[in-house]
Amino acid sequence: MPLETPLYERHRALGARLVDFGGWDMPLQYGSQLEEHHAVRRDAGVFDVSHMRIVEVTGSRARDFLRHLLANDVARLASPGKALYSCMLNESGGVIDDLIVYHRGPTAYRLVVNAGTAEKDLAWIEAAAGPFDVAIDSRRDLAILAVQGPNARAKLATLLAPEDARRALALEAFSGTDLGAPGREAFIARTGYTGEDGFEIVLGAGEVVAFWDRLLAAGVRACGLGARDTLRLEAGMNLYGNDMDETTTPLESGLAWTVAFEPERDFVGRQALLRQRADGVPRRLVGLLLVDKGVMRGHQKVYGAAGEGELTSGTYSPTLERSIAFARLPAGLVEPLEVDIRGKRLKARIVKPPFVRNGRALIDLA
Amino acid sequence: MSSNVPAALRYTKSHEWVKENADGTVTIGITDHAQHALGDLVFAEAPAAGRAVAAGEACAVVESVKAASDVYSPLGGTVTAGNTSLGDAPEKINSDPYGEGWLFTLKPANPADVKALLDAAAYAKFAAESGE
Repeated sequence: MPLETPLYERHRALGARLVDFGGWDMPLQYGSQLEEHHAVRRDAGVFDVSHMRIVEVTGSRARDFLRHLLANDVARLASPGKALYSCMLNESGGVIDDLIVYHRGPTAYRLVVNAGTAEKDLAWIEAAAGPFDVAIDSRRDLAILAVQGPNARAKLATLLAPEDARRALALEAFSGTDLGAPGREAFIARTGYTGEDGFEIVLGAGEVVAFWDRLLAAGVRACGLGARDTLRLEAGMNLYGNDMDETTTPLESGLAWTVAFEPERDFVGRQALLRQRADGVPRRLVGLLLVDKGVMRGHQKVYGAAGEGELTSGTYSPTLERSIAFARLPAGLVEPLEVDIRGKRLKARIVKPPFVRNGRALIDLA
Repeated sequence: MSSNVPAALRYTKSHEWVKENADGTVTIGITDHAQHALGDLVFAEAPAAGRAVAAGEACAVVESVKAASDVYSPLGGTVTAGNTSLGDAPEKINSDPYGEGWLFTLKPANPADVKALLDAAAYAKFAAESGE
């Protein structure tokens, strides 16, 4: 039985095509997936991401715990509200999940983890927490909306009380703040998964439907997971389960930049990554642009003179009007490359992601 | 949904339509029901003129963002033309599935085969019952 977010009836009423995502019944699209994509690049769109899981980590040793648990270093979060993106690794350096962690105060951090991995993540976190005497609190009572696009912050701010609007609009990228009355959850952060500016707002499950209605009335378009996937791939952002999993390290997944090796700290997976780095990382994740017409998709094979690799994510890019992909290649495999698309070999070029940022192509399309 | 099913055409259970032309060829495309189910099409590939196809053979492809779908020739025969304008504008299949969104034309090996296909009423009933 798939789970439902508090907005399920709203999605149905809007005529959404629903799909099972990580055990949740979620909207794939409400009408045209392409139009939803363009709405985010050009104006403002809202995604119900309440299937994702919020985990609060509190206690006097919360910082020490997370510096042990995560491959990125929460010591970099100098003040409350600051956030960073990190992988959580197993002892072999494989990725258990990717997540965002927010500093909430001297003894409190908030993690946001993926829907499909939430139970696995919680079990792992709870098992690791023992020696650190921290409280782990999975917040199934909260809902999350992602409001993204060049007009997203302005449109959302019109729905807030003047002082809250001022604080929200003053946020720097990758920062968040509490809003509104104490005792009532309302946390807003300037984060997202689309390559556009915007906010992600956390509300109590009982508040999110009314806020959704007000966003739509303010001219923010409802957007589904189909558009979310084309937007994130254009933005060069990984999707857990496709682009990395427990059998791949961050170094093999284009995520070396998320691993803080310095200052030296004993985090889970550190030794395995150092060994891999010393031996030479055997595989790398690259961006691909299909030269001709066609659509690249995950699991298709890519061939070069020295061997072969596999696409981890692929799609048609609505903004570029070309097909783009991520591919995992053996370290020595270089161009020229061809992708096998349903039995035909088509030429693809390696390009450095992101493919699109703030509505514009960042790569050479020629 | 109730989809558009022109009365003069013939149909298949794999959601292709067939129009008989005065010169003895037929024009083939996918139905309004099919284009709606697929969503925004971003790629389409029609067969080349001169290709021999069997009835039920996959000979064209239409792709949405989410998935690729084969199109099956309703009749055996020889392809006389593929709609190459779909290369730059596959969305024509969504906006005009029975007109500008045509996929290919075919000289049937046996013109009488057209009459064995579903008529508009039978297809409309089939499409309505097939869900979506």
